[in-house]
Amino acid sequence: MTNKELNLKSVFLRKNLLKYIYIAKAGHTGGSLSCVDILNVLYNRVLNVNPDDFKNPNRDRYIQSKGHCVEALFVTLADRGFFPESDLETLCQYQSHYIGHPTKKVHGVEQNTGALGHGLPICVGEAIAAKLDNKKHRVFTLLGDGELPEGSNWEAFLSASHYKLDNLYAILDYNKQQITGSNKDVMNTDSVREKLESFGWAVKEVDGHNLEQLEDALNSGAFEEGKPNFIIAHTTKGKGISYMEGVLKWHHGVPSEEQYALAMSELNEMQALIS
Amino acid sequence: MELDKINETELKLGKANQVVFSETLQELAANDTSIIAVTSDSRGSGKLVPFGEKYPNQIVEVGIAEQNLVGVAAGLAAAGKKAFAVSPACFLSARALEQIKNDVTYSDNPVILVGISAGVSYGALGTTHHSLHDYAVLRAINNIVVVAPADNFETEQAVRHAAALKKPVYIRLGKKEMPFLNEADKTFEFGKGRVVREGDDLAIIAIGETVYPAWLAAKKLENELGIKTTVVSMHTIKPLDTDLLDRISANGRPIITVEEHMVNGGLGDACASYLFQKGSRNPFHIVGIPDEYTVTGSQVEIFSHYGISEEGLFNQGKEMMSQYSK
Repeated sequence: MTNKELNLKSVFLRKNLLKYIYIAKAGHTGGSLSCVDILNVLYNRVLNVNPDDFKNPNRDRYIQSKGHCVEALFVTLADRGFFPESDLETLCQYQSHYIGHPTKKVHGVEQNTGALGHGLPICVGEAIAAKLDNKKHRVFTLLGDGELPEGSNWEAFLSASHYKLDNLYAILDYNKQQITGSNKDVMNTDSVREKLESFGWAVKEVDGHNLEQLEDALNSGAFEEGKPNFIIAHTTKGKGISYMEGVLKWHHGVPSEEQYALAMSELNEMQALIS
Repeated sequence: MELDKINETELKLGKANQVVFSETLQELAANDTSIIAVTSDSRGSGKLVPFGEKYPNQIVEVGIAEQNLVGVAAGLAAAGKKAFAVSPACFLSARALEQIKNDVTYSDNPVILVGISAGVSYGALGTTHHSLHDYAVLRAINNIVVVAPADNFETEQAVRHAAALKKPVYIRLGKKEMPFLNEADKTFEFGKGRVVREGDDLAIIAIGETVYPAWLAAKKLENELGIKTTVVSMHTIKPLDTDLLDRISANGRPIITVEEHMVNGGLGDACASYLFQKGSRNPFHIVGIPDEYTVTGSQVEIFSHYGISEEGLFNQGKEMMSQYSK
C-alpha cells in the first residue's frame, strides 16, 4: 500500500465509521474520528496480525483501552478482512455481536474493553509474558485522554517501567476534550510528557493525523532500551468533518440525514483532493 | 460411605489452607513453567516466600496495587500463563472487582484469583480487612467458579483443579490450621459438595472455615441429644450443588447454613433461593455475620459472637429440631 493509498484509506475509514454510526443511530463519533488515523497506521503498517491466523501466539497485540471509540476499530478490522463489512449494519442492534464497545466475539478483538483504565494493565501482563518467553512481538494500547485520571493507569505506568517493558507501546489519543468539556477544565492532564517521563517511560510526540509521523514513531523500534514507549498523538476530536472538529456535542452525537450528507460530501472532496 | 468411617470421633489437625495452597502451587510450578504467581506485596501473607525463592521467574510482583494485580494477571492469562493473582480477599474482591468483572470473567481470561486471609481471618484489624461481601459480589458475576475449601485436602484439590480448568476461579482461603474432614472420601469436583458427616435428622450446610465448627456441633448434637446431622462442606458456592440440596431436603428435615460472610447474598441465600423456588418447605436458617458493624475480636471471638461455633450451631440445631418436632 502506497502512502497515498494509506491516506485514502483514512478517508474511507472515516466515511465508513460515520455510515455505521448513522445506521445504528449511536456511537462515539468525535473520538472515533480523532483516533481513526492511528488505527489505520496500526493495522495497515505496524501490527503483525493476520485475520486467517489471528490466534498465532507470536502476533502483535492491540488492546483498545478507549473502548467507546469502537466504531473506528470495527471499520478498520472489517477493512483488514477480519469480518465482512456488512456485519456492521447490525451495530448495536438486538442480538448483534457488534456492541458499542470492543468484544472478543468479534474476530480480531483481543480483549473486551469499555470500562476505562483497563487496557494498559492487561497490556503490561501481555508484555511481561512476552519477555518471560523471549518473544519478539510487541504490545500496543490506545488510551483516551479522558481516561488518564483513572488510578489503574498510573499503577500500570509504574509497573511497566519497573519491568522495563520496552516491548509495550501506549498511544495517547490526545484530543484534549472529554464528555463534559476540555481535559484542562475537567481534570487537568497538562504536562503529560513530564509525568510519563518521571514514571520512567520514553516519550515521543506526534501529530496524530499525520500518518508518516505515526508510522515513524511506531515502527522505529523501542525509543530507549529498557523503557516502555509512550506516544502522545496530538489529535482533534471530530477530525475531518468541519462542523464536528472540536465541537463537544459530537462526543457521541449522531448526524441527522442532512448532516450526514454534508459530512460525506466533505469526505468526498478530501478523497478527490488526495487522488 | 459407611457411617462409622465418615462420623469419626476425632479429627486430625492439619495446616493452614494458605500454606497448603503455597505448597501445592510450588509442586505444580516444578513441572509447569506457565504457572505464574502475581502478588501485591502479599507474598508473605500468601505464604509464597518459598515459591518466590524457588521460582523467581514465575512470580510477578506489582506492589500494593490490586487493580493492576488483576489486570496484569488477565494479560498474563491471555498470553497463555496460568496466573494466580494472590491478595487479601478483602482488597482483591472489592478494590479490583471491576477488573475481575471485565478483565477476567467477561473477557474470559482464566485467572485464578486467590483471596487470602479471607472472611474475618484478620480479626481485630477490623472491617477494612474483612471480606464479608465476596461471595455475594462474585455470585452476581457470570463466568467464575467460587470456591472456599474447608480443609487441606479440599485446598490442594481446588488449586490443582483450578490450574487445569482454563476458566476463571476464585479460591477463598483462611489462615487458621484446619482439621482433615472425612479422610475416607478422596473425591473432589468443583460444584459438588462434600458430605463430611451423615445423619437423617438435621443438615448443616457449611463452607470454608465454618465447616469445622459445624462438624463439632453435629457431633455434640448426636452425643448429647441423639440428633443425627448431615454436615456438608459446600466448598463451591458457584456453581451450587443443587443435586445435593435435592437429596438433603428430600425428607423435609431442618437445614442450617453457615458461612464466614454476611448473611446477605452468600451461601444461605444461594441455598434458600434454590430450595424455595423448587417448592421446598424445610425449616431453614442462615447463620453468618449479620448486617451490622462487626464486633471487634479475633476470628474465634467473632465466630462465637455470631453463633458460628460448636455451641452456637448446637443451640441452633437443638432449637430448630424442637420447633420442627412440634
